[in-house]
Amino acid sequence: MRAADGTIRPHYARFAEWLESTAPERIAQKREAAERLFHRVGITFAVYGEGMGTERLIPFDLVPRIIPAHEWQALEAGLAQRVHALNLFLHDIYHEQAILRAGIVPAEHVLGNTRFRPEMVGVEVPRGVYAHVAGIDVVRLPTGQYCVLEDNLRVPSGVSYMLENRKMTMRLFPELFAAQSVRPIQHYPDALLDTLHAVAPPGLDRPTVAVMTPGTFNSAYFEHAFLAQQMGVELVEGQDLVVQDDTVYMRTTRGPQRVHVIYRRVDDEYLDPSAFRADSMLGVPGLFGAYRAGRVTLANAIGAGVADDKSIYPYVPDIIRFYLAEEPRLESVPTLDLARADDRAEALARLDELVVKEVHGSGGYGMLVGPTASRAELDDFRARILAAPEHYIAQPTLALSTSPTFDGDRLVARHIDLRPYVLAGRDITLVPGGLTRVALREGSLVVNSSQGGGTKDTWVLAAETPC
Amino acid sequence: MLSRHANELFWIARHVERAENTARLLDVTYRTSLLPYEVGQTGHAWAHPWSVPLITLGLASAYYERYDTLAAEQALRFMILDPANPSSIYSCLDAARESARTVRGAITSEMYEDLNATWIAMRGFCYADIQARGVSDFLDWVKMRSHLFRGVTFGTMLRDEAYHFIRLGTHMERADNTARIVDTKYHILLPSVADVGGAVDYYQWASLLQSLSAFESYRKIYSDVIAPRRIAELLILRDDMPRSLRSCMWFIHETLAKLCDDQSRDVERMAGEIHARLAYARTDEIIAFGLHEYLTAFLEHIAGLGAEVSRVFLVPG
Repeated sequence: MRAADGTIRPHYARFAEWLESTAPERIAQKREAAERLFHRVGITFAVYGEGMGTERLIPFDLVPRIIPAHEWQALEAGLAQRVHALNLFLHDIYHEQAILRAGIVPAEHVLGNTRFRPEMVGVEVPRGVYAHVAGIDVVRLPTGQYCVLEDNLRVPSGVSYMLENRKMTMRLFPELFAAQSVRPIQHYPDALLDTLHAVAPPGLDRPTVAVMTPGTFNSAYFEHAFLAQQMGVELVEGQDLVVQDDTVYMRTTRGPQRVHVIYRRVDDEYLDPSAFRADSMLGVPGLFGAYRAGRVTLANAIGAGVADDKSIYPYVPDIIRFYLAEEPRLESVPTLDLARADDRAEALARLDELVVKEVHGSGGYGMLVGPTASRAELDDFRARILAAPEHYIAQPTLALSTSPTFDGDRLVARHIDLRPYVLAGRDITLVPGGLTRVALREGSLVVNSSQGGGTKDTWVLAAETPC
Repeated sequence: MLSRHANELFWIARHVERAENTARLLDVTYRTSLLPYEVGQTGHAWAHPWSVPLITLGLASAYYERYDTLAAEQALRFMILDPANPSSIYSCLDAARESARTVRGAITSEMYEDLNATWIAMRGFCYADIQARGVSDFLDWVKMRSHLFRGVTFGTMLRDEAYHFIRLGTHMERADNTARIVDTKYHILLPSVADVGGAVDYYQWASLLQSLSAFESYRKIYSDVIAPRRIAELLILRDDMPRSLRSCMWFIHETLAKLCDDQSRDVERMAGEIHARLAYARTDEIIAFGLHEYLTAFLEHIAGLGAEVSRVFLVPG
C-alpha cells in the first residue's frame, strides 16, 4: 500500500481514505459479516488428516490488494507469453523433442520425470493445447516488476475463492466500487466454458462439457461444484462415466449421454485404472483410449505436469527464447539446479540464505526456508540434498511484497503473492486479477492455505487513479 | 441429469421431510406426555407415550439397544440429537446437507444456503440448549426449517428434472410417514374400540390429527366431534388434505408423468394405479378389509414403487 518512502501509493489512495474515515467498530462489523457469509455460503475446504468431514474457512482478509493498470498490462502480457511458450514446449516434448535435441533443456529432466507420460508421445490434442488452465504464481518485486515463483499446469485451484472474494468485497464496500473503476472478473466461468468449447473434438456443433471431480472429500470440491454450476454443466465423478467404443458417456436419468470435453480436476494417474494406476477408484476404465482416439478432450491434457515441475522451472526463460525468439517479459527467480555439480556446491555453501524446494513437492511441505531454519533443519536438508541432489532446486529468499492485513483489530504488514489464471484455447485470455494469497503469520513467506495462509480480493484498476 | 445427482436430490427432500415428520411426532408425543396420564394395563408397551414415535418410525429395538428404560429425556436425545441413529433429526439434516453439498450445482444457491444454515444451527445444539429453549419451540424450529426449504425450493428453482426429483422425494417420504403414523394408531380407529370413548381416546385422536397438521382441517371439513371413521377418511382418501395418502400419490403420479419417457412409462403406470385405487376407495371397504392390512399393503406398494424409481432413474445397473 505504501511506497518505500512511506507515502500512500496512488492506486491505494481511495482505500486508505476509506480506512481512515471509517470507525473501527464498523470495520469490525464488516469482518464479522464476511465470516458469517462465507460460512453460510459454505465456502470451506477440507483439511486432510483432521478426521472425516473437517471443514475450515480459508481466512479472508478485508483489505483488497490493488494493482494499477500499467502494472497489470505488463503482467498480463508476460503471463500470456509464458503460457504460450509452455504449451509449445509440451507439444514439442510429446512430438519432435527439438528442444531436447538442441540441448536447451536436459533430456533426463523431461524423459526421466515421473510426470512425463510416455503414453502421450505422438498423441494429437486439439489446437495443440496442453495447459488449458494455468495458475501462475507471481510475486511483486520492489522494482514493481513481477517475478514468477512457479507454474501450475495440472489442476490449479483457487479460482472460486477469487470469484467469491470479489462477491464479498462488492457486498461489503459498495461505496469503494462506486468511487473507482475496478475491472470485473465475474465472467471467468464464461471464459472457461468458451475455452473448453474451443478445444472440443473437431466437427461438433454443440459439444457437451463436464467437470470431473474426485468427489466431496476432495479439498477443492467446493470449487469443482461451483465451476460446474457457474458454467451450467454436469459435475461428474468417475462412477458417472462409462466408455464404450472409445466414446465417453455419462449415466443420466434418460440413459447414456455422450461427453465431448472433460474439465477434469483429477490427477493424471487416477484418470483411468486400465491405463495408469490400477488401484484408482476415481477413474474410468477406457478413458485414456477414448482420449487417444480424439473422441474426448481432457483439460488439462494428460502429461502437462512435466512442464510445471520445479526441475524445469530454471529453464523456462530459455524455453521462451527457443520457441518465441523473444526475451521473457516476466522475471524468474534465479534458480540453482542442484543436479548440476557447480550449482550444488554454491547452494551448500550458503544454505542458510536460500530456499530449497523439492522438485516433486507441492503444498509447501517439503521446503527449507534457510534464513528461518534451525541448525538441525539445515543439517537435515544438507543430508537430503547430498543423498538425492536431483530432487532439489535452491533459490534466494525473495523480498516478497507485503500488504496491510488485519490481525485482530490491528493492521499489520504481511507477505503476499498472486495467482492469476491463464486460459488457453482459441487464444490466450485472462480475467484481470487472480487470487492473492497472504501469509498470516508474521514474517512467514508461506502463503499456502494448508499452511495457515489466507486470501484477499485483488483489484485491477481500469485506469490510473488521479492523485 | 446424472442419475447419481437425481438420487442425491431425491434424498435431500426425503431427509428434510423425515426430519419434519419426526419433529411432528415428537411434538405431539411431548405434549401428550404432559397430560395426566396413566398406563392402564401393563404389557401394553404402546400405551406409554414415548413408545409411539419409536414404534411408528421402527426405531424401538435400536432404542433399547442403547437404553434400558423408556424415558422422555432419553427418547428425545435419541430421536433429536443422536448421530448414531440415522433417523434422528440431526442425522437427517446432516444427510440432507451432505447430499446438497454433492449436488450444489443442481440446486439454487438459496437452497444450499438454507440447508447449510440449518445444518450449522443444528450442529450447535446440545440437549441443554433444547431444554432451555423449550422442546416444543425447538421442534417448531425444525418444522419451520422444513417449510422454509420447501418454500425456497418452490420459489427459486427452475422447473427442471432436478425440481421434479426433489418433489418426488418429498411426497414419497410423506406418503410413507402418513401411512406409518396412521398405522401405529389403527387400534384407536377401529370401530370396536371407538365406543370406548373417554378423554384419553379424545386426546389420542387429537394428537394423531395434530401430528399431521390435520386438526384444524378436520374441524373445518366436518364441523363435528372427532370420529375415527372420519379421521381415516381424512388422512387416507381426501384429495384436499396435503398430507393424505391420496394427495401424496397424486403428487407422485403427476411428477412421474413429467419425468418418464417412453422407456420408463411403466413407473408412471405403477404410481397411477396406486393413486387410482385410493381415488376410488371407500372408507367402509377399508375398515371392512382391515385398516392395518390396508395400510400394510399400501406401504408395500409404495416401497415397490420406490424400488422401481431407484432402478429406472436413480441407481441404474
